[in-house]
Amino acid sequence: MSLNAILAQTMLGLSQGVFYAMLSLGLAIIFGLLNVINFAHGALYMLGAFVALIGYSYLGPWLGQPDWHMGFWTALVVSPLLVGGLGMLIERFLLRRLYDFDHIYGLLLTFGIALILQGLFANYFNISGTPYPGQPESLSGIVNLGFMYFPKYRLFAILFSIVVCFATWFVIERTSLGAVLRAGVENPKLVEAFGINVPRMVTLTFGFGVALAALAGVLAAPIYSVSPLMGADLIITVFAVVVIGGMGSILGAIVTGLMLGLVQGLTQAVYPPAANTVIFFIMVVVLLIRPAGLFGKVV
Amino acid sequence: MNKSFLTALCATGALMFGAAQAADGPSDGSVKVGVLTDMSGVYAAIEGPGSVIAAEMAIEDFGGEVLGQPIELASADHQEKADVASSIARRWIDRDNVDMIVGMVNSAVGLAVQGLASDKQTITMNTGAGSQELTESQCSKYGIHYVYDTYALPVGTATAMVENGGKKWFFITADYTFGHSLQKSTARVVRELGGEVVGSVNAPLGTNDFSSYLLQASSSGADVIALANAGNDTVNAIKQAHEFGIVDRGQKLAGMLVFLSDVKALGLETAQGLQFTTAFYWDRTEKSREWSQRFLDKHGEMPTMVDAGVYSATLAYLKAVEAAGTDEADAVRAELGDMKINDFFVTDGSIEPNGLMPHDMYLVRVKQPSESEGPWDLLEVVSTIPADQAYIATEDSACPLLGE
Repeated sequence: MSLNAILAQTMLGLSQGVFYAMLSLGLAIIFGLLNVINFAHGALYMLGAFVALIGYSYLGPWLGQPDWHMGFWTALVVSPLLVGGLGMLIERFLLRRLYDFDHIYGLLLTFGIALILQGLFANYFNISGTPYPGQPESLSGIVNLGFMYFPKYRLFAILFSIVVCFATWFVIERTSLGAVLRAGVENPKLVEAFGINVPRMVTLTFGFGVALAALAGVLAAPIYSVSPLMGADLIITVFAVVVIGGMGSILGAIVTGLMLGLVQGLTQAVYPPAANTVIFFIMVVVLLIRPAGLFGKVV
Repeated sequence: MNKSFLTALCATGALMFGAAQAADGPSDGSVKVGVLTDMSGVYAAIEGPGSVIAAEMAIEDFGGEVLGQPIELASADHQEKADVASSIARRWIDRDNVDMIVGMVNSAVGLAVQGLASDKQTITMNTGAGSQELTESQCSKYGIHYVYDTYALPVGTATAMVENGGKKWFFITADYTFGHSLQKSTARVVRELGGEVVGSVNAPLGTNDFSSYLLQASSSGADVIALANAGNDTVNAIKQAHEFGIVDRGQKLAGMLVFLSDVKALGLETAQGLQFTTAFYWDRTEKSREWSQRFLDKHGEMPTMVDAGVYSATLAYLKAVEAAGTDEADAVRAELGDMKINDFFVTDGSIEPNGLMPHDMYLVRVKQPSESEGPWDLLEVVSTIPADQAYIATEDSACPLLGE
């Protein structure tokens, strides 16, 4: 394979990897701070994409203003807020009741929510996907990177996601707000004694993790068709990413997400039949050698 | 688990057992059609809930009963898994007295269920799967292949493209029976017309991002990038080819199996100009428009060729039962072989001994956004491919039954 071809496959791998990174980051935050395995993450990612699609294509006609569209940039703000809000409701009224029980209950609850959301959307929308027509004019077209032609929009998605991921990492690991969050998980009683409302903090954190999924959904909408199953297709791989990175490790989720995107991209070029399995193969190897994951701390 | 739950469970079990016992017997009191399809997976837009509605419409149009017995309908989701499909089919035939199974999109499912049903002397009418094997080496006395196959698909599309200068072909192929079978028969047509195949890559079923494969195809120097896949895979591949500007830089895309639902999902802006072969388009004749409008009213979407095929196959089966005077499989199959099928889907169709139902196919082109006059005004019929050119001649078929 020529150098150009390798570089090109690297770019493609990266454009897949940023979605793994964004989604596994949200999962890692939720798991790390709340100890909840959020199986609804994929469905909430799908919901994020649908908010963008509905805002652009359907909302105007519903309100009797056929010419009105909610643009891509608005969706990038509105969708995470709406879906994050839904996430907070889920945490406040459903998940909170299960904290005293085994992990499996939270997992089952969120899995059920995922099935309900997917079923609802499959009922009303085309299951093979609906195109999202709202990609901004300024980001359409292709750029010549020297070694390949690359869609401008994907380049934007890569850069934007990386910035979001590392900003999140910085806030949680390097600021006092993040320190309070981490302490709240370690010893909620003590943190409450400092006058901090821990349950509210947990709700906000869950909402933030979910908002990241919705943000990824909006970013994915112009690339992939918006379909009720888009999250279900992705979530299993994303869980593998979280396991490889180390359950709950923030940096681990980001780096592993990007790295596995690259590995998958290169596998597609070298031996396509293994493209869907290579991540799980890596997961098995990592679990055998480092059961806590690449970035996880052995307890 | 508490006691009352257990009691309820036992009671339900006893009821089900009792019902199965009561229904058993030489004449089971009803004619039952089973729609076995993908209700929510990658092919659900092609032959999912829509095909169940099509079968319901056929039963309704037939009058709801045959030979003085009510016609019943069962439906189930095979989840794209041959083992799940087989166990449903086994249960339907052994316990629920299903007389005919229709649908079975996905060739792996189609082949498994056809084999199983044949052993149990039950008619299958496959409307969704493409593999030619259904009527070739794995043909069976009770298996019918109704809508399209991998032999017929490339005839119109590949011929048109090669004749327009697309000599060098690269395949992106769905990595299972159907994809390989489609690639093989397309390559045959391409070579016969003087073209060549410069490369191919196998992509797993349900690939989300085809850009890596498209990149390989693009750098292969091929004139035509052929997509030997279906459903969501085709939609994603076409969308991403558009995104990477592959078509703008001069290479052509050939969708070897494209459904109306795919064009709808892509939008005219992206799909315009794409040519493909189909067994049915709603806006072709007065009769097809009339039926499709009824289907649209019920389902909210225009029928794919498979939806139309499910209707036509179910209706043909019911007519054969009536003509045979029984739902016994051998008699009905004989009747299906003798009768001429005429409806909005097919003209003078007949079912060959190997199970194939040859009929006219249509080469269509996706309209430009400016040509389209409505949300479902998507295609233009370019030409008709007569049944005898579209399908393999019965004397050339490798079906072992024909030698007997």
